[in-house]
Amino acid sequence: MGLTTAAASNQATISGQSPNWVTARLSDLINWSRTRSLWPMPFGTACCAIEFMATAASRYDLARFGMERQAFSPRQADVLICAGRLPFKLAPVIRRVWDQMPQPKWSISMGACASSGGIFDNYAMVQGIDTIIPVDVYVPGCPPRPEGLLYGILLLQKKIMGESLTDQQLRVERTVGPDGLFLPPSYIDEVSEPFGNSIHQTRSA
Amino acid sequence: MSVPSSSVAALRERFGDAILRHAVLSGDSIVYVQPDRSHEILAWLRDDPGQRFDYLTDVTAVEYRDAERPLEIVWQLRSLDRKADLRVKAELDKAAPLEVDTVCDLWKGANWLEREVFDMFGVQFRGHPDLRRILMWETYSEGYPLRKDFPLRGHLSRAEQTRQALAANPEAHYSLEELSIAEAFHELPDDVRERLRHGDRGKVR
Repeated sequence: MGLTTAAASNQATISGQSPNWVTARLSDLINWSRTRSLWPMPFGTACCAIEFMATAASRYDLARFGMERQAFSPRQADVLICAGRLPFKLAPVIRRVWDQMPQPKWSISMGACASSGGIFDNYAMVQGIDTIIPVDVYVPGCPPRPEGLLYGILLLQKKIMGESLTDQQLRVERTVGPDGLFLPPSYIDEVSEPFGNSIHQTRSA
Repeated sequence: MSVPSSSVAALRERFGDAILRHAVLSGDSIVYVQPDRSHEILAWLRDDPGQRFDYLTDVTAVEYRDAERPLEIVWQLRSLDRKADLRVKAELDKAAPLEVDTVCDLWKGANWLEREVFDMFGVQFRGHPDLRRILMWETYSEGYPLRKDFPLRGHLSRAEQTRQALAANPEAHYSLEELSIAEAFHELPDDVRERLRHGDRGKVR
């Protein structure tokens, strides 16, 4: 019935449907297949990348979770894994990589530095890659052990299983706006505030 | 090991007043020279048959916490033949423009080292063939990060830093050589070659 209603209102796509039994079963099938063939795009910048390599190698074997193929081309990737700190100089690069990835896509922020700037609360470092690109899963650790990253990937799979084909917001590209930012400036300033031990840093001015 | 290197006595004999003082620290000889005669002295150290300092290990700079102390430029020299080291320093008055002669004409390897000193300390190297930022991106507008009056988090807000970083166009900031397509340079149209030769550096929007 949902299908005929949609056809009548000229919305012949699945995402135009209201949720119903058919779309729910279809979502389950598609989400299941997506979770089992996530192709990671490793964006390794620091020591987290070493742990990522360990995760992908034989002992921890990322391939067990359907990530057999590392996609070093963003155009063939599903998951951007930022493993390591992100300096401002790399911000336009990871943004370009993210923009080049086709939907559906997700991202994992691996480690303390990628998630919050970590110990690098200084002039050169992005204070969390979520001020540059959207992030689905944050993996804490400095660096996280392979088990930690695998747990993050399992969380992402769980998240994907909960997605609905009829949710039109899910696949919307969140691009850099006319003000040159991806988030409102006040939000970036707020999440970049010093926290924890870093408020006690000595500084010259 | 507080015996100064034999080069110190030779320098004093050859250059007299231009050699201000010397010190021995952990067995390393340090020679302070007049900044405006540094090029002449370094050229002699490289070319004199008794010295033969044919390898420039490093060019760097030191700014001390005490505001009244001058900024030091450091040349770390090595003679591969003689297996000898010498550290030459020149003190620059911080009240005056920070300028010193380039040694790119003596050791080609000084090119990037001097660019780094310029990038981090703002020292101008007279006669440098390509003096532009090397670690920070070229449109970086906040100053010279390793100066003591530079705040650890930079001058601008995090939001503004993020905006400027995202506005940077990294591909426009590298010469053809750096992009490893130098062999195709002569096949490019004239106007593109001219633009690349001057460096199409982009602007902070």
